Amino acid sequence: MDKFTTLDGLVAPLDRANVDTDQIIPKQFLKSIKRTGFGPNLFDEWRYLDEGQPGRDNSQRPLNTDFVLNQPRYQGAQILLTRRNFGCGSSREHAPWALLDYGFRAIIAPSFADIFFNNCFKNGVLPIVLPEAVIDALFDEVEQTEGYTLNVDLAGQYVQRPNGERTAFEVDPFRKHCLLNGLDDIGLTLQDADAIHAYEAARQKKEPWVFVE
Amino acid sequence: MAGKTLYDKLWDAHLVTERDDGSALIYIDRQIIHEVTSPQAFEGLRLAGRQPWRVGANFATLDHNVPTTPFSNASEIVDDTSRIQVQTLEDNTRSFGIREFGIGDVRQGIVHVMAPEQGAVLPGMTVVCGDSHTSTNGALGCLAHGIGTSEVEHVLATQCLVAKKMKNMQVRVEGDLGPGVTAKDVVLHIIGVIGTAGGNGHALEFAGSAIESLSMEGRMTICNMSIEAGARAGMVAVDDKTIAYCEGRPFAPTGEQWDQAVAYWRTLRSDDDAVFDTLVEIDAAEIQPQVSWGTSPEMVLPVGATLPDPDSETDAVKRSGMVRAYEYMGLTPGMKISDIHVDRVFIGSCTNSRIEDLRAAAEVARGRKKSDSVKQVLVVPGSGLVKRQAEEEGLDKIFLAAGFEWREPGCSMCLAMNPDRLLPGEHCASTSNRNFEGRQGNGGRTHLVSPAMAAAAAVAGHFVDIRRFAEEA
Ligand code: SF4
Repeated sequence: MDKFTTLDGLVAPLDRANVDTDQIIPKQFLKSIKRTGFGPNLFDEWRYLDEGQPGRDNSQRPLNTDFVLNQPRYQGAQILLTRRNFGCGSSREHAPWALLDYGFRAIIAPSFADIFFNNCFKNGVLPIVLPEAVIDALFDEVEQTEGYTLNVDLAGQYVQRPNGERTAFEVDPFRKHCLLNGLDDIGLTLQDADAIHAYEAARQKKEPWVFVE
Repeated sequence: MAGKTLYDKLWDAHLVTERDDGSALIYIDRQIIHEVTSPQAFEGLRLAGRQPWRVGANFATLDHNVPTTPFSNASEIVDDTSRIQVQTLEDNTRSFGIREFGIGDVRQGIVHVMAPEQGAVLPGMTVVCGDSHTSTNGALGCLAHGIGTSEVEHVLATQCLVAKKMKNMQVRVEGDLGPGVTAKDVVLHIIGVIGTAGGNGHALEFAGSAIESLSMEGRMTICNMSIEAGARAGMVAVDDKTIAYCEGRPFAPTGEQWDQAVAYWRTLRSDDDAVFDTLVEIDAAEIQPQVSWGTSPEMVLPVGATLPDPDSETDAVKRSGMVRAYEYMGLTPGMKISDIHVDRVFIGSCTNSRIEDLRAAAEVARGRKKSDSVKQVLVVPGSGLVKRQAEEEGLDKIFLAAGFEWREPGCSMCLAMNPDRLLPGEHCASTSNRNFEGRQGNGGRTHLVSPAMAAAAAVAGHFVDIRRFAEEA
């Protein structure tokens, strides 16, 4: 997993609540057996006027020029600003894979769906929860200012606006540690292998039926 | 000290170790695997040179990509990417020695139908699957939730998950359900009340006399849609029905171990003095047959209602969501639900494809015919075993006589990864769980309903109140 420390990135506004994972990456792209290559099909049904299929050359497809990510001023955006309950729906990790592959490293919203939130951390994408009032203000600023960037500092746990104003955000210490250091958490868990074996031995006595082979 | 909730008990029983930073390692008893969310996890294992920690904890089957027309081998799947995904699962389970109920096996089916049916999942277990509707299994009194692919790999490699304890929420539904009101209506009503983010961060327990009165199938329907209420996990306490359901299942204990298991399982309920962070109380008598009208499961109404006016919604974010939903659904405020015509009907999915669901739909279809204005009615059993049972009861004959199609098990038009799908603009009465834009096919318009309501809509050509339908017809 890529490390996440600080990010100074262009912000793109997606002014919708309850953006679900079917919207982030439609199901036909879930048939891939890889983790990469989903970026061109991020928000596929909103970005293009026709229906996307895996393996098609996306550069030849008609774009929906009304869709915000297709506007020239947001090209190269690394931070997605959006509304409440972002990422609701399925557990597909293809959603953060698609966001990452497109270039997003941080997502700012008033709230996220639980599984999506969790999946982001596994892939070096930082989901940031900020109060609704701050989000409203950010939407205004982003829309008014071309080339609007935000500075995200994970170690310091703040988002800094161009005027220097900082807003703090919460992040779970374990997830922060993994993200800052780009750690593989399977390796970390395996350090507790003895504890897992001991647990299994105790459970086996109490609930032997759990341990079918 | 306050008593423990069911979730507290399940959590405590699976805690391997707690870390200083507040995270914990939780032991996972069962992992259910399907073809869509596992290939990258197996690839990760291979790249790191790791083996599954406990092979026997895993149960795999195929569901999302499989055609629902008869076929006997993966090589017959026409769509290249679907076929490769199915074959990849077959290769992975073979090379890692994982049990798989594959093509042609009568046990094959939707993961969340197969697992309880086999007794692969039992009370008191922790259950995960790379699929958000894993919450279905919570109906058996276990802690079951969806995970992402990185976590699928983590569980394969370590049999544990890094987790943080969720908050406790209880939804109590007290009283008697009215005639024609099913588990599906109960859960849609709950989502209408608490919203699709209502359960975020919570483990959700469904309780109260109305929940207790439901069959195990009905409880599975309710727990299934916990995720649409924002909660990763939903559960119901163990009672006599739970135990009767588990008895004799292929992977359930027998003899002395069975007695030991039952004694333990009976403790799996929230203590009387347990405290919940959030408590929601619902009067069962208020629940009516439901129909969703928009593109989020919280956009749901009783069948007799008229569609709401966005202008009377005070929350700006919700209002703009409604406006967008009207545009997508091709509906207008003030319209009656019963005036919505349906083009296709889908009876199936992990929400409503168990035997009881098919019986309810067949009850309505018996001796009737689908409306000529309805292009297609698909009935897709949740597993090969459900299909066999339905055929033994003659339900397939009833459906076929009514002009419905009787298919092979799988996810089918719930998410349209296989050839079953809606065309742009088509309205579908669907017993599935999500009405998101494009969920059942690009441009398709989904209305979530119970199996009986879906069958009634198939006959009438538009939504009808199942309570009146029974009287009239
Ligand atoms: S039936 Fe639908 S919701 Fe259930 S597992 Fe399959 S695709 Fe997911």
